[in-house]
Amino acid sequence: MSAAQAWFQRKEETISAYLFLAPTILLVSVFTVFPVLFSLFLSFHKWDYISAARPFVGLDNFRRLINTPRFWSTLANSARYGFAIMPLNIAVAMILALMVNQKLRGITIFRSAYFSPVVTSSVAVGLIWSWIFDPAFGPLNYALSLVGIGPQMWLGSPKLALYSLVVMAVWNGVGYNMMLFLAGLQGIPQEYYDAAVVDGANTLQQFRMITIPLLSPTTFFVFITGLIGALQVFDQIYLLTKGGPAGTTRTIVFYLWEVGFESFEMGYASAVAYFLFGVIFLLTLLNYRFGSRFVHYQ
Amino acid sequence: MQSTQVRAIGRVERQNAAKLSRRAALLGTAKAIAMYALLTAVAAIMVFPFLWMLSTAFKPRVECYIYPPTLIPTRWSLENIRDVMARIPIWRYIANTAYLATVGTLANILVCTMAAYSFARLRFPGRDQIFFLYLGTMMIPHAVTMIPSFVLMRYLGWMDTWRAIIIPGMGSAFGTFLMRQFFLSIPNELEDAARIDGAGRARVFVQILIPLAVPALVTLTIFGFRSRWNEFLWPLLVLSTKEKFPIQVGLSAFRYEFGTLTHLMMTGAAMSVLPLMILFMAAQKYFVRGVVLSGIKG
Repeated sequence: MSAAQAWFQRKEETISAYLFLAPTILLVSVFTVFPVLFSLFLSFHKWDYISAARPFVGLDNFRRLINTPRFWSTLANSARYGFAIMPLNIAVAMILALMVNQKLRGITIFRSAYFSPVVTSSVAVGLIWSWIFDPAFGPLNYALSLVGIGPQMWLGSPKLALYSLVVMAVWNGVGYNMMLFLAGLQGIPQEYYDAAVVDGANTLQQFRMITIPLLSPTTFFVFITGLIGALQVFDQIYLLTKGGPAGTTRTIVFYLWEVGFESFEMGYASAVAYFLFGVIFLLTLLNYRFGSRFVHYQ
Repeated sequence: MQSTQVRAIGRVERQNAAKLSRRAALLGTAKAIAMYALLTAVAAIMVFPFLWMLSTAFKPRVECYIYPPTLIPTRWSLENIRDVMARIPIWRYIANTAYLATVGTLANILVCTMAAYSFARLRFPGRDQIFFLYLGTMMIPHAVTMIPSFVLMRYLGWMDTWRAIIIPGMGSAFGTFLMRQFFLSIPNELEDAARIDGAGRARVFVQILIPLAVPALVTLTIFGFRSRWNEFLWPLLVLSTKEKFPIQVGLSAFRYEFGTLTHLMMTGAAMSVLPLMILFMAAQKYFVRGVVLSGIKG
């Protein structure tokens, strides 16, 4: 074709491209990019959502952040929650994946059973488990009583409430991670195991030398995404404990909600939000930079 | 040696070999039985919360609050369901959720697929940079955009409307990422052949690419539907008219009002989980596929 035709075709392609892309770009600009920037703007101002006044306060909100004990205890709670949930999420999911990776008849039924809690909404999970954790009538305390352990307050106990939430979240999410590990396991070529058996490796050695290293991309991914998700836990706290008892379940997103939608201190809340953003951003950076280092590819 | 002796020795060895392989087979069966037992035990633990929820929903109210608790109702009763229906418009909530989830998902998929086509197939200046930035928006936690989006809704006059729930969610990057991967895997020749036959770009898109993409689209639809069905915080923030609530918000309001009536909470939770459970049973492999695909981006 002639040069003019080629030029015309390229132009048409560019215009088509932009047309196909336009809705998405518009939506993302208005509903993601703008809010992120506006949030940054708000974090340097003081605003109560109602009045027109929005005075600039510089770094005051961030200074307040550092000087508020409640913020630090919130961070501690989030950290405790994250450190409790991640090992469980990874270990239990990996074990389940190993279990359902076997060539047994009907194994898919078990896979479905282990995955089924993932389908449940966070609200339903919270309601169900609050009943299981019920100190008076719940089956958990009943089961404990059968082995001689006294009834626990669970969600009503300052010591146990946060970890009760961890149990709920693990039940809800482990099936999801199990599927990821399962996909990872099935990606490991059988030849590696066969060669190891020939070299005299027992099951444990095979696990340590082959499975764990080759599963490390999946493990790392589950770890980072799990941690990012754990940092944003909100629904069950809002529904069941409202940050209590004694502030032990106040995690960062709930604190954000309290400050933004109960006290309506929009500026300060935006500062909290950006702090969280910073942490998650760092984690995501870690994912991309060190993901390849911790990971053993064949 | 004489042939009879050889045959005698051979017979003994065959008998020994048979004994060993029988023992191995028995051991294998014993192992399999043990494994099935373990799998079933774990499955029982994973599924128990659902059973407990259903059990409470179908027990008469008085039986819910006895100690020790019973798993299987001594008397089956629909009174809890009737009670829930009398107190809250639960079917309305469920219908609302079905509408929001369906429209939201379909709108998202339409927009995402168009954008994915653009990124995957069309050449235009800045394509890869724009895609990279767009992907970056996936990393932004909801907590950061929450407050500004809330303000934006008020500014747009979208407070307490369903628009506020459907439209911001349309630009989600996950669907675009997935469809782009999919389109990249389709050979160019198909499209070129159609173009040579005179098909316009839109026609190519609709009549060739979309039909090929159906499995990926179904996976995305189910993944998105589940996610939107279980959405809680954002609808909670923007909706105030009870009749417009989706089920998760409705349940939360229900708990706020009647929280001490735990047996009704369980019934409501059961009714909210049931539609997704049915979808899950029917389309399991798409749920699982969605999980695995979400892991690939890592």
